[in-house]
Amino acid sequence: MMRALSGSRVRCRVGDQDLEGVYITEREGRAVVKLSSGYNIGIDIARLEVIGPSPETVLPLARIEQDPDLPECSIISTGGTIASRIDYRTGAVTSQFSAEDILRAIPELTSIARYNAIQVSTILSENMNIAIWQRLAHAIHDEIERGVRGVIVMHGTDTMAFTASAISFMVPAPVPIVFVGAQRSADRPSSDSAMNAICSAVAAVSGLGEVSVVMHDTTSDDRCAIHRATRVRKMHTSRRDAFQSIGIPPLGYVEYPSLKMTLSSGVVRRGERALSLQTEMEPRCALLLFAPGMPPDILEGYHGMKGLVISGTGLGHVGSDWVPVIRELIDGGTHVVMTSQCLHGRVCDRVYDTGRDLLAAGVIEGEDLLPEVALVKLSWILGREEGPEEVSRLMQQSLRGEICRRSIHGL
Amino acid sequence: MDYEAIGLKAGLEIHQQLDTEEKLFCHCPTVLRDIKERNSEFHRFLRATVSELGEMDRAAEEEMMAQRRFTYYAYDTTCLVEDDEEPPAPLNNEALEIALTIAKLFGMTPVEEVHTMRKLVIDGSNTTGFQRTALVALHGRLPGGCRLDSICLEEEAAQRVDDRTFSLDRLGIPLVEISTAPCLRTPEEVQEVAEYIGMVLRSTGRVKRGIGTIRQDINISIRGGARVEIKGVQELDLIADAVKGEVKRQLALLAIKDELLSRRAAVMEEFRDVTPLFSETGSKILKKAPCILAVFLQEFGGLVGREIQPGRRLGSELADYAKKCGVGGIFHTDELPAYGISEGEISRLRVELRASEGDCIVLVAGERERAECAARQVMKRAKLALVGIPEETRRMLGEGESTAYLRPLPGAARMYPETDVFPVRLTPPEWEAIEVPELLSVRAERFVRDLGLDPAVARQIAYSDRIGLFEAAVSEGIRPSVAARTLASTLRELKRDGIKVDGIGDREILELFRMVESGRLAKEAIPSVLKSMAGGKSLEDAIQEVAPPMTEEGLEALIDRIVRERESFVRERGRRALGPLMGVVMAEARGRVDGKVIASMLGRAIDRITGGDERRLNTEGKRIDENA
Repeated sequence: MMRALSGSRVRCRVGDQDLEGVYITEREGRAVVKLSSGYNIGIDIARLEVIGPSPETVLPLARIEQDPDLPECSIISTGGTIASRIDYRTGAVTSQFSAEDILRAIPELTSIARYNAIQVSTILSENMNIAIWQRLAHAIHDEIERGVRGVIVMHGTDTMAFTASAISFMVPAPVPIVFVGAQRSADRPSSDSAMNAICSAVAAVSGLGEVSVVMHDTTSDDRCAIHRATRVRKMHTSRRDAFQSIGIPPLGYVEYPSLKMTLSSGVVRRGERALSLQTEMEPRCALLLFAPGMPPDILEGYHGMKGLVISGTGLGHVGSDWVPVIRELIDGGTHVVMTSQCLHGRVCDRVYDTGRDLLAAGVIEGEDLLPEVALVKLSWILGREEGPEEVSRLMQQSLRGEICRRSIHGL
Repeated sequence: MDYEAIGLKAGLEIHQQLDTEEKLFCHCPTVLRDIKERNSEFHRFLRATVSELGEMDRAAEEEMMAQRRFTYYAYDTTCLVEDDEEPPAPLNNEALEIALTIAKLFGMTPVEEVHTMRKLVIDGSNTTGFQRTALVALHGRLPGGCRLDSICLEEEAAQRVDDRTFSLDRLGIPLVEISTAPCLRTPEEVQEVAEYIGMVLRSTGRVKRGIGTIRQDINISIRGGARVEIKGVQELDLIADAVKGEVKRQLALLAIKDELLSRRAAVMEEFRDVTPLFSETGSKILKKAPCILAVFLQEFGGLVGREIQPGRRLGSELADYAKKCGVGGIFHTDELPAYGISEGEISRLRVELRASEGDCIVLVAGERERAECAARQVMKRAKLALVGIPEETRRMLGEGESTAYLRPLPGAARMYPETDVFPVRLTPPEWEAIEVPELLSVRAERFVRDLGLDPAVARQIAYSDRIGLFEAAVSEGIRPSVAARTLASTLRELKRDGIKVDGIGDREILELFRMVESGRLAKEAIPSVLKSMAGGKSLEDAIQEVAPPMTEEGLEALIDRIVRERESFVRERGRRALGPLMGVVMAEARGRVDGKVIASMLGRAIDRITGGDERRLNTEGKRIDENA
């Protein structure tokens, strides 16, 4: 008997009747068969009879014309899916990465810019690492050096804020570098991917001059918010408006579908920063969330680390029994930075005894740095500097807008 | 009409909401809300995929996309799953079990593994842009020989509030979709089978009741015609008429096609901009339109205006297609001059297009893009008239036989897997364990046979919402006649009088039956007590109001008074006065005491006056010989 391949026409018996369909795949010893009604069912694989191959259906693809008079932008993909296509014969959803495919799925992009698409990786964003950040940084740098008006980076949303802040430190640039993703997969008609991509293109050709994340501002398809890469956080597991600026208002908004863009007064403008590339990062850095009662010997696992960011309680505390162990870590050459698990607000280790003891032990106050941003920044600084005073000074100085000098009222 | 001769084939798709605790893919309750209770609204666009709009050109596609801004109403009984802001929960097991119960009732075969699919629906009624649906069982039997093809478990769509606004309360309520094979041959058979399927569904006792909870789609074709689906027929009584109406339409369209072909009719490939011809027109619509386009239908004259269903012409079909582009409708020369368009304008139009009387010209008006889209749609539908009947989904217009175009029939092409929901394995032991409830029809027969109910009453009870209450009451010894009368007649009569009896709980009614059975309340008082309860009173308060308890002394005194007032009558008639006096006492006791008790006491009172018999009476008021 012929072996069933994805797409084969098969026959199977259900009850007292024969059914015909298309073999899709095997799942846990069971065949998934698409019936002529379009429904899939699972069925014992031994009961399938292969009738023959099913005819390939080739969708006629519309030609995509790019307007040579529009500015050029680069779309760099890391594995986040902004465009996908459904094969209705098998029901398979495939991600699309070529510029043509993306523009075919989101034709509105062609009236904003012309595009050059580059694929740096095809990973799930939880598998992101420093090596890919570095590859991405090089790709972005090269594109900007080549003269593009802006760069759009398509990224899975889970770790997008980490990558965006890493790129902020690695690639100071005169043009916008815009990160964009989707919370609802691109194969569904309700996906947020198209609107986010369109708004990101608007931001990429705009007067902005820093690294940002462009995503839905609310649950409605009414506008996208432009967030500073070093002040943004994914604050919800699934909502479209999961990304929120913490401690500062968003850099601006792009209205949809009018695409009218507004920028706040405090943003870095196009051309303000010179292009450079500093991709070295110290990989032996960690982020640790303190919880009450956590035994201090946990910290022994961090001996030998170059950097440790603690997400402490409230103003920046850990249990007092941690203080001596932290002192040992610091004496052993680990740079320890204190941030707060409150996320909102500034660390201050000068108010209570534990805090003062931490400072005396050599802990660096992380100001109002988001814990994840503190980790990325520490890793990046330790890629170049080792002197405790220099590391401390740089950690407490805002390099890419990651620290707010003032805690603004009303946010 | 000889339906066999014209080759009528019809099938049914029945959608029935299930009465589950929670929705199909989230843990929200399955309750409908008043839109005034909404606590937020949001806006979304849905993007068509290539295959769904494959036939539309690019301009039309973009036009439609720009229009698709939908508004959704959310409630404190809806969650992020309805908002399409959270992945779905696993398939609701309670709903699956009900679907399997129904499948078993129809003798169907379950699939080994249930896979949830996404069926693309981009009319806004699903926030996701697709409807989740899963095939549960195949191949069932119907009395009369027709077969069931399948039963699917689906999520209900959001309720449309207006053109582009939807209410999320209904979205996600589980429903079963039951499809018959196209093996029904007469309009009456279609209606009977729909009725039968509805009865089987209700036999489970676990489906929702009331308006909108069951919808019938009918698939109809005749020889030489095409499969047409009529959506959402809500009333059983309309089904046969809907089938007849569609047969009429298809026959009329086939006749038009034959005539068009014999006339060598044709649709001109180009439409013409005729805006300047109407610069002075009396038609308000044309006057304010930035662009007026004319479609030339050669040798269509007279046929565009020919009636194909009550109030529907070929012109209406052209208009339905044109409306898809956002224009209000069309004008065609078969119906002109009218609507402010003059004879002179028509003549100039005919000259301009070199059209003769035998031709028909269709006018569409609006913004240029819309008008062009509409003109192309008119040409498309007119060309189809030369070929026959297009496969379409249509909707009922009011309660008549007529229907209007909704969209082309969807194919299997719009389904792909819902990867966020795991498949569910159905094992033979699980299938065996599904209990099959008694059919309502069988139950009604049992009530006639075992409880001696009148067949009509038995059917009313068996099919009523209170069937569970009836069975519970009878099983604990309440007289079937009392329970049946209350549930089949009293409640219905009160409802007809506008009294809101639906709010009275089964438990309270059962307690009321117990009161009657124990003699605490007379059965005559039931209507008044129910009426008072419908007004919001508790059972206790209602009884207190309608029939405050009467002590034995109180009753004694009442009877004494009544008998003494009618002393001469009593003396004259003796024991035969009992009957007439019963009515008088009952009217005063107003159902507070059981009739038997009254009869017995009244008998003794009569005897005291007539000086007669002091012997005890039995409860019927008849003498019992003490020595017997």
